[in-house]
Amino acid sequence: MTGLPILSILLAVPLIGAIACLFVSAPAARWIALAATLIDLLLGIWLWAAFEVGGPQWQFVEYQKMAFSPFAWALGIDGIALMLTMLSLFLMPICILASWTTVERRVPEYMAAFLAMETMMIGVFMAQDIFLFYIFFEAGLIPMFLIIGIWGGAERIYASYKFFLYTLLGSVLMLVAMLWMVNFTHGDTYIPHLLATDFPPQAQTWLWLAFLASFAVKMPMWPVHTWLPDAHVQAPTAGSVILAGVLLKLGGYGFVRFSLPMFPEASAQLVWVIFGLSLVAIVYTSLVALVQRDMKKLIAYSSVAHMAFVTIGLFTFNRQGIEGALIVMLSHGLVSGALFLCVGVVYDRLHTREIERYGGLSNNMPAYALLFMLFTMASVGLPGTSGFVGEFLSLVGAYRTSSWLAFVATTGIILGAAYMLYLYWRVAFGTSRNADAAAMPDLNARELVSLGAIAAVVLWMGVYPESFLAPMRSDVSTLIARVERAAPPGDSGLVVRTAHATQGEGAR
Amino acid sequence: MLDSLHLTLPELILSTTALVLLMIPAYVGDRSAKLVTWLAIAALAGAAVAIPGYWGPPRSGFGGLFVSDGFATFAKVTIYAGAAVSLIAAMGWFGRDRDYRAEYPILILLSSVGMGMMVSASDLLTLYVGLELQSLAAYVLASFQRQDTRSAEAGLKYFVLGALASGILLYGISLLYGFTGSTLFGDIARAIGAQKASAAGLSHGTLFGLVFVLAGIAFKVSAVPFHMWTPDVYEGAPTPVTAFFASAPKVAAMALLTRFTVQAAGPATFEWRQIVVFMALASTILGGVAAIGQPNIKRLLAYSSINNVGFALVGVAAGTAAGVASVLFYMAVYIVMTLGSFLVVLRMRDSEGRSVEGIASLAGLSRTRPALAMAMAFFMFGLAGVPPMLGFWPKFYVFNAAVATNLTWLAAVAIATSVISAYYYLKIVKIMYFDDPAPAYAPTRDWAQSALIAAAAIAVSPLGYYFIVGPLASASANAASALF
Repeated sequence: MTGLPILSILLAVPLIGAIACLFVSAPAARWIALAATLIDLLLGIWLWAAFEVGGPQWQFVEYQKMAFSPFAWALGIDGIALMLTMLSLFLMPICILASWTTVERRVPEYMAAFLAMETMMIGVFMAQDIFLFYIFFEAGLIPMFLIIGIWGGAERIYASYKFFLYTLLGSVLMLVAMLWMVNFTHGDTYIPHLLATDFPPQAQTWLWLAFLASFAVKMPMWPVHTWLPDAHVQAPTAGSVILAGVLLKLGGYGFVRFSLPMFPEASAQLVWVIFGLSLVAIVYTSLVALVQRDMKKLIAYSSVAHMAFVTIGLFTFNRQGIEGALIVMLSHGLVSGALFLCVGVVYDRLHTREIERYGGLSNNMPAYALLFMLFTMASVGLPGTSGFVGEFLSLVGAYRTSSWLAFVATTGIILGAAYMLYLYWRVAFGTSRNADAAAMPDLNARELVSLGAIAAVVLWMGVYPESFLAPMRSDVSTLIARVERAAPPGDSGLVVRTAHATQGEGAR
Repeated sequence: MLDSLHLTLPELILSTTALVLLMIPAYVGDRSAKLVTWLAIAALAGAAVAIPGYWGPPRSGFGGLFVSDGFATFAKVTIYAGAAVSLIAAMGWFGRDRDYRAEYPILILLSSVGMGMMVSASDLLTLYVGLELQSLAAYVLASFQRQDTRSAEAGLKYFVLGALASGILLYGISLLYGFTGSTLFGDIARAIGAQKASAAGLSHGTLFGLVFVLAGIAFKVSAVPFHMWTPDVYEGAPTPVTAFFASAPKVAAMALLTRFTVQAAGPATFEWRQIVVFMALASTILGGVAAIGQPNIKRLLAYSSINNVGFALVGVAAGTAAGVASVLFYMAVYIVMTLGSFLVVLRMRDSEGRSVEGIASLAGLSRTRPALAMAMAFFMFGLAGVPPMLGFWPKFYVFNAAVATNLTWLAAVAIATSVISAYYYLKIVKIMYFDDPAPAYAPTRDWAQSALIAAAAIAVSPLGYYFIVGPLASASANAASALF
């Protein structure tokens, strides 16, 4: 470990870029934004390379006590946080590229809002102080509110309010829970200490529910998911990518970081809430997705269904489930982000998201059709893509907990294939229904680079997931050790020998 | 005697200056208004410097009627600063219509004397005298534009309802005096303690006295259900006066309420807490819901002040040192945000220089006046309490105090209601940033106001965190420790 405060630098670069953007013209703002996100990505790659797999749980730790302050500037990452930070850093330059020409009004403000968002999002993953976490968690609302509200579609104002108020209501209850926890520990706000604190079981239930209120909205879980389709549909393309790619991961990250290890008893006791809501989400939102006429809405509903796999996997209390859920999070961030980009590509050309208006795109846009196909397959969970690894592992985990759970959850895979292939069929195959759709040019270099980069990572994660699982493995072990005492027994009757399990997960 | 007089040095400075300044316009006329205003600001600064209670233990004078301690010092500095800012705001606003008169700064000075006495009162009668002095000056200020019917109406409404509240307060004071045998806070607390320890428990007379006194003060802080005057008076009064009402007197009344509940009614915490909790929740809910449909920015900010008072009352309900500190912290940050918002409102003038109050006229401000819009957005997000704005921290401390005293449910309900108020703060941001531009406001060249807006915006921005939260939190904690 070096003495360089690498995490602080990662946070500072986009923020400085954001402030710089406000004072320059539109073209300069674009280049500043791209440069800032690329520098951050390079720093992130260096961070990943320097991350010591199997080393201490928390690495790159920074701790700066601030005088008279209720929180400390405490940063540090474990493998889970590293992976999610990398996801955000990877998607950001792509978002900037996606808005290169499509955003024409108020470009400097747009780029500034995006860069500020980046700082807040990666800050959430890095924060090791509970109140610092809260600040980052909440502060992302302001730029996202502005992004949806200023640069969004026709119904943008309604969507921006809904997004802001839903998420705010969830979060404030979490704040009260955090205050209670810190009072319980007599002012200790350091997350690693709180992770080792055993809260009284009765209190755990309330705390868990308060955290659920926040994370369920961010996740989003049924029935508080309704902000998501509105926000997605109205947000500009890059905004949707960030929403799907990173903001939705904040909820899952919250479950892994707070709900499970801090309140294991409550998690076990209320696991039926999670399973129930997730199963409803999988079946219901998949069916809803099947009948959507708007491409973005369809993908938005599919996000809700995919996130339900995350919640199921996390609360199975076993290794396959949790690792699967984490991979689903990463995979979904890439795949749904890429799908939104695909929608953005055709939207930029035809200015409509109606599925009806397209058709036969494989004739005039072969490169586009190929990449779109790849991401559709990844979303369905075809072996060889990232989607398969995550969904398979979390379903295995679910089966170990309850066979009925796995049974209902698996219908989500079938329905997922149905709505995604139906979408792809209507958009890419057949003959074109409109002359203007048939005249659309294929991907340009900028779009090709963006989508190609994501496609490469999707395949990498599908073929060799070990690269992504290895940094997280010991953290998952720590988590399992922490929640083991409360883990509910499974009904499948599977006896998994520990040695076998370790071997099965890929020998190092 | 000299010792006691020394304690009232700031009040002496302010009253003497007010009386001397009164002479100037008598000879020179209203031409001297600007000069008088700057002298009044200098007097407020001098008074702030002359406060004797910065260091050392609390000292009381005049046989315990008047105290000078850290608590009073903190409140007085905040009050004087608020009064000075509203004076600067007034100069630019009135000056344009040539209706600014030299009495205005003098009334503010007299009101500040009253507020100083309110926060230093450790006796029910000092409390009453201070409150009345503050209020009488405020009634005149509300109807300062006497040709304007709205202003006159505001003054009259404020006066009639204020008189009623004073009556209720006096009634409560006489009951407390009758049933506890004293008007001194310390003696009342001892008497209440003795009553509670006795077999008969707290006497009904004392309880009624407490209720009436709290009701009287609740009127001054405009807590629900004693808030009815606020929107009307805020709307009718000239805008700089509204800015003043929303800042300094709120701090004074809240400090008064805090000192009374802790020092005089401390042993009866269980009894008064129910009242305060009710007022807190009713204020946050009503202050949130009622503002949603308001088309007038001044009325909206009036409801916003009711809403914020509700959150500060959560800190009062805690009744601990942390709670008191959080109230002081809350009020200090609140007046920065609210004065900042009002300074922006003062800038709202159409192309002919008439002031406009409709929220719709803010539309598209981010295109026509980006800096002003950004400052206003900072104030709005701050009032909504969204981190990382400074406005998050007062709420944080208030709820932290409530949670620490096992009032977690209160914190949870109150914080959930803050989402309601977030809606209308967002609405202002939406109008400024999302909507198509309305006709631009007339340009202004008032460097003092611009500097104040900029300073307030920087203070409430995340940058302000480093400079403000730490020192302010420790100052308010020190101030609160004076009461315990």
